[in-house]
Amino acid sequence: MTADTTLDLLDNDPVFNLKGGMLTMTVVELARLSQDHFARQLAEKVEQAPNFFVDTPVVIALDKLTDRIDAAALKGLLEICRQHGLQPVALRGGESFRPLAQSAGMVLVPVGRQREKSIETPALRPEPAPVAQAPRAAPSGGGKLITEPVRSGQQVYARGGDLIVMAPVSAGAELLADGHIHVYGPLRGRALAGVQGNTEARIFCQNLEAELVSIAGHYKVAEDLRKEKQWKQAVHISLDGDSLKMTAL
Amino acid sequence: MAKIIVVTSGKGGVGKTTTSAAIGTGLALRGFKTVIVDFDVGLRNLDLIMGCERRVVYDFVNLINGDSNLNQTLIKDKRSDMLFILPASQTRDKDALTPEGVERVLNELKETFDYIVCDSPAGIEKGAHLAMYFADEAVVVTNPEVSSVRDSDRMLGLLSSKSRRAENGEKIKEHLLLTRYNPERVENGEMLSVSDVEDILSIPLLGVIPESQAVLKASNQGVPVIMDDKSDAGQAYADAVERLLGKDMPHRFLELQKKGLLQRLFGGR
Ligand SMILES: Nc1ncnc2c1ncn2[C@@H]1O[C@H](COP(=O)(O)OP(=O)(O)OP(=O)(O)O)[C@@H](O)[C@H]1O
Ligand SMILES: [Mg+2]
Repeated sequence: MTADTTLDLLDNDPVFNLKGGMLTMTVVELARLSQDHFARQLAEKVEQAPNFFVDTPVVIALDKLTDRIDAAALKGLLEICRQHGLQPVALRGGESFRPLAQSAGMVLVPVGRQREKSIETPALRPEPAPVAQAPRAAPSGGGKLITEPVRSGQQVYARGGDLIVMAPVSAGAELLADGHIHVYGPLRGRALAGVQGNTEARIFCQNLEAELVSIAGHYKVAEDLRKEKQWKQAVHISLDGDSLKMTAL
Repeated sequence: MAKIIVVTSGKGGVGKTTTSAAIGTGLALRGFKTVIVDFDVGLRNLDLIMGCERRVVYDFVNLINGDSNLNQTLIKDKRSDMLFILPASQTRDKDALTPEGVERVLNELKETFDYIVCDSPAGIEKGAHLAMYFADEAVVVTNPEVSSVRDSDRMLGLLSSKSRRAENGEKIKEHLLLTRYNPERVENGEMLSVSDVEDILSIPLLGVIPESQAVLKASNQGVPVIMDDKSDAGQAYADAVERLLGKDMPHRFLELQKKGLLQRLFGGR
């Protein structure tokens, strides 16, 4: 035994922390097996909301699938997902799917009591039709401006930029942004800023009643938020080391 | 220009059919040629509430399938020449209504009617989607409780993203109708108040219909409650119709009626 390892054994500073985390994950629930249809319908979805699908981790649910699926068919589906920017990370289904999951190098998650809701992509204000000679509006750096309420079941993602919402955000709605999130109205749903890991991202809102706020994966849920002085107040949320800091606006 | 108004909610049993019957009748009584369309395939409640169930021969699905024409299918109301009912089908086949079929029938109705009131089934699935898809305006019926408000919120999200108007970059005009409102239970904190619901849904308030015995009584008699102009619910619906037509009316029946001494002593309800 060398002196080095002895030292190491005495060094009790933790190298990692285990933390319980909660991730919102999109579930692709397969109803039947048809690669062609899957590819076409997924392409349509992606076209409707391109930002939605970039690098999105997804769970492929097989529990509602009526057809048999083998390793080759699964491989084809995963391929199509990746082509559209989805990142399949797990299969969902009963124990019988374990070998299939292993063959694809994925984890198997049981069909549990997960809370699920189907995702509606809200209609964004339609872009005005481009007029040939008119200059385009000043680019807002990949940000997104929403002027209508974001309702329960809706999700808005500002990829590569900030998200500004000038209307209420309902409980059950979800805001995601790579950059900052501003809400000029009550924030009652979830707001996740810096979802690609930007620890500098911040959340601003006029009235904090959120179900969850998160910056670069560090989150607080309503139960904890309620205890803050700024609950139901105008607040500015930033990341201070590992924890979220609330400052009155 | 004909207007299509959908009466919708998400949650079931909140008063959509009661409201469709009341508003449709109210519009007809004010001189607008109106048809109430029952989209609740398989249940068919509207004709009961309107008291015309015995006169149903053909229905919405027959019309879509070309088994009958509009004249044969529409039922004229006994009380008003301006009011017609298009009954739902009793079929169990939930796919009997097709988007193309519904659009064709609505277009045909638009040629002769001022208002087309669509009574939506509960839920946010296909039937409810079809009922709201072609609408110009929506009456979102909500009860003053959390689950109903949440479902209405979801429905508002769908109206602003999954309707014909939304797809064309237009807006459906949204109205909040709070029904089965019980001021006493609001005061006791058992129900949300008008301002709580307005605050969450943030759409204009069309009316507040009190919880009322008159509603059950009217539906048992097959008479839309708006015809009972002595009743609180009937009057509240009449006010709502006026507001729908653009009139500014103060809201009534929001406050707890102060009970008299005898009532307080003997706990009259
Ligand atoms: N203002 C009211 N006061 C008292 N009872 C009411 C009131 N409004 C509706 N009801 C009662 O609530 C019940 C449901 O009403 P209704 O059938 O209109 O709801 P619905 O939303 O159409 O239901 P469904 O989702 O099943 O179609 C009925 O028994 C009706 O009499
Ligand atoms: Mg009904």
